[in-house]
Formats: sequence, structure tokens, C-alpha cells
Amino acid sequence: MKGKLILIPGRSAKQGVGLNKGKLKDEYKKVTTTLEVSFEDMKSLGLETGDHVKISNEIGETNVIVKGLREGKIPEGYAFIPYGPPSSCLFDGETCASGMPESKGMKIDIEFIKKGEKKKTTLPPLNS
Amino acid sequence: MSAASKDNKIVNEKIVENATCTFCGCCCDDITLTVDMDKKVITKAQDACILGKAWFLNHVIEDKPIARIDGKEVALDDAIDEAAKVLMDAKFPILYGMSDTICEAQRQCAPMMDDCGGTIDTTTSVCHGPSGMAFQGVGEPSMTLGEVKNRADFVMYWGGNPAEAHPRHFARYAVTPKGMFTPNGKDDRTVVIVDVRQTKTAGVADIFLQVKPGKDFELLWMLRAACKGAAIPDNCKELCGIEKDVVEDLFDKMKNCKYGVIFFGMGLTMSRGRHFNSGALMALATDLNEFTHFVAKPARGHGNVTGADNVVSWQTGYPFGVNFSRGHPRFNPGEFTTVDTLTRGEADAAIVIASDPVANFPKPAIDHITSDKCKLISIDTKQTPTSEAAHVSIQTSTYGINTGGTVYRMDDVPISLRPAFDSPFPSDLEVLTKLRKKVNELSKKANRPYATKKYI
Repeated sequence: MKGKLILIPGRSAKQGVGLNKGKLKDEYKKVTTTLEVSFEDMKSLGLETGDHVKISNEIGETNVIVKGLREGKIPEGYAFIPYGPPSSCLFDGETCASGMPESKGMKIDIEFIKKGEKKKTTLPPLNS
Repeated sequence: MSAASKDNKIVNEKIVENATCTFCGCCCDDITLTVDMDKKVITKAQDACILGKAWFLNHVIEDKPIARIDGKEVALDDAIDEAAKVLMDAKFPILYGMSDTICEAQRQCAPMMDDCGGTIDTTTSVCHGPSGMAFQGVGEPSMTLGEVKNRADFVMYWGGNPAEAHPRHFARYAVTPKGMFTPNGKDDRTVVIVDVRQTKTAGVADIFLQVKPGKDFELLWMLRAACKGAAIPDNCKELCGIEKDVVEDLFDKMKNCKYGVIFFGMGLTMSRGRHFNSGALMALATDLNEFTHFVAKPARGHGNVTGADNVVSWQTGYPFGVNFSRGHPRFNPGEFTTVDTLTRGEADAAIVIASDPVANFPKPAIDHITSDKCKLISIDTKQTPTSEAAHVSIQTSTYGINTGGTVYRMDDVPISLRPAFDSPFPSDLEVLTKLRKKVNELSKKANRPYATKKYI
């Protein structure tokens, strides 16, 4: 089970709360290792919420846990992850003379590693 | 301080009214804090959002050493001496961060890097740095959040998710508050969200536009062209993912409002195009002034990142990415910005203040800053991956909770902080003042040609 997605890292409220509790604590680590993927992509990749996957590009790779989103919440072919050490593994240092690394819209490979310990059912789309 | 509180059995309670939350750029200054002065914790943060509550209620005085060198506890003065020596011995020292400390502490940084011929950069370079570059190109049609509250009847958020990053932005400033010319709050406003994802922010929108990822510039340029009389192209949906009639309707609403505002986030500055995206948006806001009053403002993230830009600007003339190696300030994003100097392996010493590049920078930059080739100094209020990787690590007290001072809200309005309780850790201001003085002494001893002759 392999595929390609475009990654959009960003802020989330849970990530903000987690970093206040401590970046070295489990809550922050859990939030920043959760990859949100559209229901359609979950289905085509044969993934379920809670599965462990490896995401990688030419810069680096990291292991995260996948979470399915309802239809329309994220465009098909895209994935979201809160900012943190795992997303940083995939950022290139090239800034195109701007100082800002391209931190949104990176092409990544996604590969299934293993089932999650606590199996959860992927959300069905609202209109099914 | 009051006597015993019957409910929660706090015997030594203090109430701090109108405290300022410095977690995000909203800098909400209407928080009422209840403090247990015996335990040195905040037990209640009335009116704070989810992020503000996490900021205040999780603040504890940690049982950690104030200063460490290579992980071993040392006296603060020894750590400062070592940090000054590292900066002076380096060929290309850089200073990065400052967005989570007070302006008074930020003020110590530029002169220090001037004395050691280094580079100063703020977290703006990986946040709204491209917007800072765009300001210089097209200007900033600016305003204060008070004006938005009282006047704006068209509010747009572009490439940002304030529902999760600035939760009180809607209620305090832009969407629901009742203002002088918006007496019915949200009923008097049209709220438009433009984003590639249907985030929680989309929930407040009257109009949600899901733009194709990476196509913000195209949509902005179409709207600019419309300002000059051009028609929205027929292949609009193919170009940016939004139907032609929807964009035409949007443009009508924009030019016919009484006071329009666009807040924009890192969806524009961090994606392909960067400063061209921010510049297009601000140019659009400027163009719309042919029809009505229109303004734009970046939604800033950290509590005092706006202050960092202001302080570095009034000291050097530039907001970030400033190098002093020739004895005068030079600004060049891409050359003197931190990600670049680390990725290229140029910086041989880095002092990081109230920031955590080891957690958030691109991998090649992290690889260099944590390597033997770059001596890392960390000054921070909490343990972070950066503080743990540092050669010299100094833990300081938290601004807005333990220390007072000045911060700038995201609309460049300065706010004075009201601290809740003292901390055994020194303030950033105290540490940076001592470090600046030490660097100045060493600089004079070394006969550096540009050393500040008189310590101000």
C-alpha cells in the first residue's frame, strides 16, 4: 500500500495546547505525528484511521499515524499535519532567496507500515 | 490579595485584572487571572481562549537549573561568560528568535550582534518574512484592530485558520463584536474565507472559497485585473478552482462594501510564490481603494513577533535578516536569514532566544545547528529540543506571567504587560543585558574596528 500525496503542514489548536504543556511531552508528540488524509485517499490507499504509515520525500522520512477526514474537509490528493519535528523532517532548506523554506505543498510518498494498536473505523462520507 | 477562598481553598489568592495573554499575536489584554501565590500557579484564566488557558494554566515554576553548559549546571554568570566567548570567537555568529520576549529584551540584541559582527534574524523570516519583503515593494494598507471592530463590514481571511491559531480574533476584533458603525455585530458584516482546506474557520464564513492549492496568486491577480476593468476569465475555475460567477460576486461585494479588510496567513507566505502572494494581496487591497476603503494585515502568530519586527526595524532600518559584518546593517533575505545560513553551513555559532528551531526548521538546517560545526546557545523559558541540544542553555522567566514589559499586538499597537507572580528564573532582559555588556567588553578588548565605543 503505497501512494503519493501533497503535504500541507499548519497550525492546529491541539498543537498549540500541546506545546504549552511541553514539547517533550507525549501530548505534543501525539498531535504532531497525526497525518490527516481525505476519506477518498484513505480508501484508495487501503488505510484506516490509526494505521502507522511512513511519509517521505527526497529530504527525509518520518513515521506518523493516519487519520481520515470527512469528504470535502481536505482536497483529494492532499494531507495535513500540524507543525512539529515530524513535518520538519520533510522541509527542504532551499528558500529561493526569501528566507522562507517552502513549507506547504511538498510532494510526499506514503507507505503503510502496520495496523494501529487500537483499530478504529474510517469515517464514512456524510452523503453515503 | 484576598483572604481564604472557600471554593478552591486558596489561602493566598491574587487576582490580576486586564492581564495580557502573549501566546498569539492577538495579545488579548482583558484576561482576569486567579493566582495561587503559595503554589505559584494560575488557577483560572477568565475570558482566555483554549490556547490562552493552555498558556496560563500550564505555567509552572520548573525545578530545573537556571544555566547549563553541555548539560551540566553552572552559575548564570559563567554561562553568560561562555556564551559571550562563543559569540566573539565565531566567524559568522547568528542570533535568531525573539518573538516570545518583551521589546525591552529584544532591544539588547541588535547592538550585541553589531559588536560581534554577526547577523540578527527574527522568527518572522519563517513566518511573515515574505510579507515583510512585500511591504517594501508595494506598501502596507494598514489599520488597527479597533478600526476593524468599529468600521469593517467586509472581513476576509485568506490562507489562515484563526479559529485554531487566533481563537478570539473573531469575537474581539473582526466578526462578532458590535462596533460604532457595526451595531449588529456579525449581521452587519460579510465574512469570506479563502483557503485550500475547509478548516474550522470556514464555519464562520458567509462565503467559503476553496482555492486550488498553489493558485492564490492567480485568484488575487484576477481580482486586481477586475479593479482595472478587466473581465473575470471564462476559464476561472480551471485557473484557481472557483467558478467565474462566484468570483464576480465576490468582487462586487468587495468594491461595494464601506470598509473592507483582508487578514492573511501563512497559506500565502509559506507556499510557492511567497512574497509575490503577499504583495499581490496588499496591492489588491490598495487597488480597491479606487472604490471604497480597503485595508490588509498579516495575522501574526507569536505574542511579540510584531514587536521583534518593530524593534529590529527602528534599530537597524530592516525587520529581519540583518548582517553587521561590515560595520553597518545590511538586509538580504536568502543570504542573512537563519534557515539559509544554517542550511549552507555558514553559521559557526547560533544564539536562539525564545524560539525552537530544532523542532521547526527544515532538516538540513537542524542537522547543521545541532552539529559540532555550530555552537548553540539557547535562552528560553521552557525545555525544548533546542534547549536540550544547546552547548549553553539558560532558562528564563516567562513574559506576561512572571515579568512585565512591552509587546506589540499584530496591528502594531504596543501593550504593557501585567505579570501574575515572580519567578526564581532571571528575566530575558536581565540575561540579555548582561550578555550584551560582556560581548561589548570583549569586543573592545579585541579592538574590533566596529565595537560600540560607548556602552549605551
